[in-house]
Amino acid sequence: MKTYLPNRFIVERDPARCIQCEVCVNQCSFDVNYRDADEDEVRSREENCVGCHRCVLFCPTRALNIRRTPLDYRENANWRPEIIEDIIRQAESGGILLTGMGTDKAHPIYWDRLVLNASQVTNPSIDPLREPMELRTYLGRKPDSLTVEPGSLALKTKLAPQVAIEVPILFSALSYGAVSINVHKSLARAATEMGTLFNTGEGGLHRKLYKYGANTICQVASGRFGVHPDYLNVGRILEIKIGQGAKPGIGGHLPGEKVSAEVAATRMIPKGTDALSPAPQHDIYSIEDLAQLISALKEATNYTKPVSVKIAAVHNAAAIASGIARAGADIIALDGIRGATGAAPKIIRDNVGIPIELAIAAVDTRLRQEGIRNQVSLIAAGGIRNSGDVIKAIALGADAVYIGTAALVALGCTVCQQCHTGKCAWGICTSDLRLTKRINPDIGAQRLVNLLRGWSLEIKEMLGGMGVNALESLRGNRLHLRGVGLTDTELEILGVKMAGA
Amino acid sequence: MIDRDMNKLNNPYNDDKVISACSLFGMMDVSGKVFSGKDIIRAIANMHVRSNGLGGGFAVYGLYPRYADYYAFHLMYMNKQARTETEDLLKENFHMVLAEEIPVNPCIAVSNAPGLWRYFLEPEAASLNGRPADDFVIEKVMQINTCIEGAFVFSSGKNMGVFKGAAYPEDIASYFRLEEYAGYLWTAHGRFPTNTPGWWGGAHPFNILDWTVVHNGEISSYGINRRYLEMFGYACTLQTDTEVIAYAVDLLMRRHKLPLEAAVSVLAPAFWEEIERMPAAKQELHRALRTVYGSLLLNGPFTVIIARQGEMMGLTDRIRLRPLTAATRGDMFFLSSEESAIRLVCPELDRAWIPMGGEPVIARLGGTKVVAEGAVAAAKGAC
Ligand code: SF4
Ligand code: SF4
Repeated sequence: MKTYLPNRFIVERDPARCIQCEVCVNQCSFDVNYRDADEDEVRSREENCVGCHRCVLFCPTRALNIRRTPLDYRENANWRPEIIEDIIRQAESGGILLTGMGTDKAHPIYWDRLVLNASQVTNPSIDPLREPMELRTYLGRKPDSLTVEPGSLALKTKLAPQVAIEVPILFSALSYGAVSINVHKSLARAATEMGTLFNTGEGGLHRKLYKYGANTICQVASGRFGVHPDYLNVGRILEIKIGQGAKPGIGGHLPGEKVSAEVAATRMIPKGTDALSPAPQHDIYSIEDLAQLISALKEATNYTKPVSVKIAAVHNAAAIASGIARAGADIIALDGIRGATGAAPKIIRDNVGIPIELAIAAVDTRLRQEGIRNQVSLIAAGGIRNSGDVIKAIALGADAVYIGTAALVALGCTVCQQCHTGKCAWGICTSDLRLTKRINPDIGAQRLVNLLRGWSLEIKEMLGGMGVNALESLRGNRLHLRGVGLTDTELEILGVKMAGA
Repeated sequence: MIDRDMNKLNNPYNDDKVISACSLFGMMDVSGKVFSGKDIIRAIANMHVRSNGLGGGFAVYGLYPRYADYYAFHLMYMNKQARTETEDLLKENFHMVLAEEIPVNPCIAVSNAPGLWRYFLEPEAASLNGRPADDFVIEKVMQINTCIEGAFVFSSGKNMGVFKGAAYPEDIASYFRLEEYAGYLWTAHGRFPTNTPGWWGGAHPFNILDWTVVHNGEISSYGINRRYLEMFGYACTLQTDTEVIAYAVDLLMRRHKLPLEAAVSVLAPAFWEEIERMPAAKQELHRALRTVYGSLLLNGPFTVIIARQGEMMGLTDRIRLRPLTAATRGDMFFLSSEESAIRLVCPELDRAWIPMGGEPVIARLGGTKVVAEGAVAAAKGAC
């Protein structure tokens, strides 16, 4: 069938600079650049280009540039180019449109409508270069009160397991198989160096990475891939994955081509078979089932690890979170509509779920109204782009955040949204050995460490500016936030005042 | 007609919290001997420029020995009806031993003075219904302060009392004729609010039961301190950070029964780095306190003098962004924003020192003299 899809990008090759070295041919995994044998010249099949910039950045003479094809349709606010092209694509394929990464739709980004406070006159700002500034956070269930013996000051209360993180930023679930072993290695090493945690995602943990167990969150998802006693016991925190912000309500599908021998061994499935994660966990059809799985995991690990439950932020997130807390979870991870994925139906990625900012506010408020906020730690995920977003999430009520996309961007990802193709030219979201070696775990870890270090320095500056020297004084402290350009209802749900008020 | 004029409201502009800077003074005879208010009035007056005439007040312990077993309620009334309603409520729930107008000196020029009354009360056993009397009293205080328009309980402890208003502390002292009273422990406060036109109830000391707090500073963690306390049923109606301190102390020490040393480590905890260096058991305690009560850390610049029957404590934030000097002379123990104020009333001191940030200085009644306890042994950031 002849395709009616126009090219998306133009690959501009400056003939004065191009030395015909074929680097771009080798770097492009989307089969764009090639040597035309007849003309003996490097050319491009522009229709395949996804705009990932791999060739641009590796071209030794910087001869390449990628531009959007300036192909104009007649203006139409309703039938926009993307909508037309999605229909064309579907008319030609007859299937669900798949995509990768988080939604690219313009859902309101409340981070950009929230501004932070700073000290002036009546209290001094604190200079983090001169004064201690503490970001340490303990994840886990807290009791309502402590019992301390008078006189001896002996602590009589035994606390549930607590996990300290030195920066309030964890690496979000990225499963081995969806991403390569080198990405996992980079994340694990960076988490270890920065005193935080990385999340295995639902594909298990490669034995080679068990040594990073103290900095690992081991996920248990609906497919139960790679879940066995060693796996459960090696991690620091266990996470039951109920949902994901990019695709609430549906499962996952790792195509057989990505299931290499190593992936197969880790996931405990035959090589080359599709790894299908069912939409629900088939042993959890209700909240009391969740309570059972939580206690089963605790039992299996002898009550040494906090158990987290990750849900996609949906309409009733507040009520669901309350149920999760009461079901015995120690941590609730909320993943908002802008959260990313290795592969998801585009229509679901772009339309299902709610923005994380509103979910954090609603959940934190509800848990406080019910007097159980201290029973769980709250981790927010889904579209955290910089340290400003992190600090706003914490002020709204989160204990910490997960970053996924931002971490991948640190590794080279340009958010080209081709993760589902398995061809990621940056070697991140692929198991093609030719591509995965593009991530060097030493360099990858360094880039991630640098990112977290930069963000934590910025968070310290902002905290000091607000006149506090410990992160817990900002957590849930919405008085340090003000809204700009928000409606009364939005302000009410966020629990913040309008700027100027 | 219900009067809602600006001068009778705390935080009338609904700011996040009431911001103020202040002078503090506290003095205690640890042998329990009572003394008049003469010296503390001179001392607080000596720090006149630290306040701006919009708030001053005093707390006195050992004040009502004749009625020592009764809750002494001090009330402000903005109108007559408020008094009628309040007295109805009090009579319904308490046995009222005495009701009288608090004597004042009408020759002292103060503005917006409300009606000032005091009552000596004992909860009716029937109303208590088996509950602890203190809980019942708190509930009634909150009920009056939130539900009766124009009435405000500003003192509710036993054998102690708070006197305060919107004027310089020395004028408040003259107005209430404090030189005529005697107690073994006095605290005083001069206030420099930035957003209150001068509601009498907004002055310090802030009181609940026999706890009083005088406070200099701005709690930048107020937003979360308040939300945390709300989880435990404390309604922060005054929107001041001082109120939050009083409730935090009540929650930690009365309801959760934490020893003072542990409670202090919640309000001004050691840094994680210091905690790592503590011996194992101590480390576990401090880590647990911070982990569980992190939302009650008072962050931002502050000095407080917290007092209750038989005990007075001075504390600054953990990097000491507001001043505090402590001193002793014989059985006398002093706390002050400025050493000069102490020297004014007691030129010869056994010892005068500036406590470390976050390190409480505590004076207790009884055989022991002043205990200067370092709940946190290690030196804090700023010295
Ligand atoms: S490497 Fe990426 S940007 Fe370059 S041609 Fe290929 S798809 Fe396009
Ligand atoms: S991970 Fe790879 S394929 Fe996915 S968006 Fe990033 S660069 Fe593109």
